[in-house]
Amino acid sequence: MESIAQLLRLMPKYDTLPGLTQAIISVLLSCIVIFALLALAVLFLVWMERKVSAHIQDRLGPMYVGGWHGWAQTLADALKLLLKEDIVPAATDKLLFKMAPFIVFLGAFAAFVVVPFGASSFVTDLNIGVLYIVAVGSLSVIGIIMAGWASNNKYSLYGGMRAAAQIISYEIPSAIAIMTVIIPVGSLSMVDIVNAQKGGFQHWFLFRNPFIFLAFIVYFVASLAEVNRTPFDIPEAESELVAGYHTEYSGMRFAFFFLAEYANMFLVASVATTLFLGGWTQVLPSSIAHQFIPGPILFFLKALLLIFIQMWLRWSLPRLRVDQLMYLSWKVLLPISLVLVLGVGLLTVYW
Amino acid sequence: MEADYSGDIMTINMGPQHPSTHGVLRLELKTDGEIVAEAIPHIGYLHRCFEKHVENVDYPGVIPYTDRMDYCAAMNMELGYVLTVEKLMGIRVNNRVRCIRIIMAELDRIASHLIAAGTYGNDIGSFTPFLWCFRDRETILDLFEETCGARLLYNYNWIGGLMFDFKPGFEKKVVEFIDYFEPQVDNLNRILSDNFIFVKRTATVGIMSPQLAINYGVTGPNLRGSGVKFDVRKDEPYLGYQDIDFEVAVGKGEHGPIGSCWDRYMVRIREVKESCKIIRQAVAQLTPGDVQESIPKRVKPPAGEVYMRTECPRGELGYYIVSDGGLKPYRLKVKSPCFTVMSVFQEVSRGSMIADVVAILGSFDIVLGEIDR
Repeated sequence: MESIAQLLRLMPKYDTLPGLTQAIISVLLSCIVIFALLALAVLFLVWMERKVSAHIQDRLGPMYVGGWHGWAQTLADALKLLLKEDIVPAATDKLLFKMAPFIVFLGAFAAFVVVPFGASSFVTDLNIGVLYIVAVGSLSVIGIIMAGWASNNKYSLYGGMRAAAQIISYEIPSAIAIMTVIIPVGSLSMVDIVNAQKGGFQHWFLFRNPFIFLAFIVYFVASLAEVNRTPFDIPEAESELVAGYHTEYSGMRFAFFFLAEYANMFLVASVATTLFLGGWTQVLPSSIAHQFIPGPILFFLKALLLIFIQMWLRWSLPRLRVDQLMYLSWKVLLPISLVLVLGVGLLTVYW
Repeated sequence: MEADYSGDIMTINMGPQHPSTHGVLRLELKTDGEIVAEAIPHIGYLHRCFEKHVENVDYPGVIPYTDRMDYCAAMNMELGYVLTVEKLMGIRVNNRVRCIRIIMAELDRIASHLIAAGTYGNDIGSFTPFLWCFRDRETILDLFEETCGARLLYNYNWIGGLMFDFKPGFEKKVVEFIDYFEPQVDNLNRILSDNFIFVKRTATVGIMSPQLAINYGVTGPNLRGSGVKFDVRKDEPYLGYQDIDFEVAVGKGEHGPIGSCWDRYMVRIREVKESCKIIRQAVAQLTPGDVQESIPKRVKPPAGEVYMRTECPRGELGYYIVSDGGLKPYRLKVKSPCFTVMSVFQEVSRGSMIADVVAILGSFDIVLGEIDR
């Protein structure tokens, strides 16, 4: 990030360090900044989920902790989870059991290094940015299978396998829907994609092309399944077999799974914002006004809107059965997304 | 459906501790992958020796015990018992008692069906209708608390009368509640009953043909969901139900074959609307009077036996009392509708998926307190 590099150059003796060290330090600092902001965002999202779910269900939600509408509830919960006894069941595979939450966490957080929050507010601008996000997002599947296996519990294994099958099946329509945006841009870099949408909402990919509009819907539905949210939360809220892949986890380990889920939610909302809603660029057309809301804040607001819709869906819709879920992915979303890619390709070439 | 049990059959327990609030029921599932080859229910975890206990208590003292059988619809349990003893003793109650009993029984029917609908939505994964149903049920429980002091287990219907009379102005509150509540049922239909995903999960699952239901002796909404128009309130009227105008809700198979889980669930929702109609008419037919004038000083039925059946929210509830002329019942046997429907559960759930087993169980709306007694 530009500003961090400038700040660092102010430090005495900074220029005497070798170039590689300079690069490493600046990237590390950017990562820490983004990670801290992300942790704050996740804390906020957990509180928001509780409030949104409460109001949909005609009740109030957290009201006491911290004073105003219980804003400190998540902090209190995180503190409580930290203080809980760390139980590792006796017959589990200890190494896998302990590693699994970290891998799921990693899959969620590592993808944020390429997400552009503002004009220069990103850690790095990889020229394969979108590919990197899709790839790193699949890391969490490994963590889930590890958690399911290492728990030494029939139901956890069942739940872990189902979760893995669900996430892997929905990655395909999600990636193909992303492809429909890549075709007009011609580059996999996230910063290029955002720059192609500058100048107001009429330049957003969402409104430029009817095929991309449908691709947004396909991506949104597929990303709901990626994050294991209702209506696709078979692995999580198994009132059927009681368990899920994270049933044997308690205390901070469970907190990692929990935070990773909300970070994942924020990730898919960020990716959708960047690809379809113009990222950090302005909403009003540039002929009317220049951008007056700073980039990162606007980005966060757009992502928040998508997250609100995700939460709304969770608390309104029932759950799909496993075979209906698979049917939806392979027989409905996949053919639709292939047709959409074809349509976007034809439109781009002949328009 | 005779299935050839090839492949590995894995036995999983949906143990007595359930996340769904059906009570302590153990389902032994023999699964072949995701398909259930057999789902064998094991009951008895809530057996409290009701029928033995009541042999040591006098007739009025049995009433709190009957409350605790089906705790979700306690008014109807009491009503069945009290009508049986009154039939044995030949007691006739006045019109005020009759109307109040109808109002309380139908309010409890609404409360019980709200629990059924809410928890069914919970099982299918929709968490919001549960809270909406319970919000409306709170008003009903407040009405009950105002009248008899208790929210769930009332001891209100007494042999020959009632424990308390209505407070003045209570009928207005009841009608106000019904006026508020009838549009809420449409709200519930919008979020749950007509929801595309809910219909897909329930309308093709758990098909129980009318012949199967009749052969096993299933009654109540479970039978009416299969298209059979049988309601004890219409076919063997008690408490003057013949003077009240209401329809019997029957499953019509709008979204799938008749007798599916959705039909049974929808029968309950339609019954709620019918109960609202009944309550309005009962309030209109209410006359002043003394609710305790027919209560005998000592309940000492003549020797003999009697069987009386009523329509509780879960089906046809029957009480069989053998009296030897003394102050305590010689033998009391309860015909529990949920017990009968559990016997057909194995048949209906054969060949479905594990997720469907939960859907079928929820659509039968069982309460273990009534099954195990």
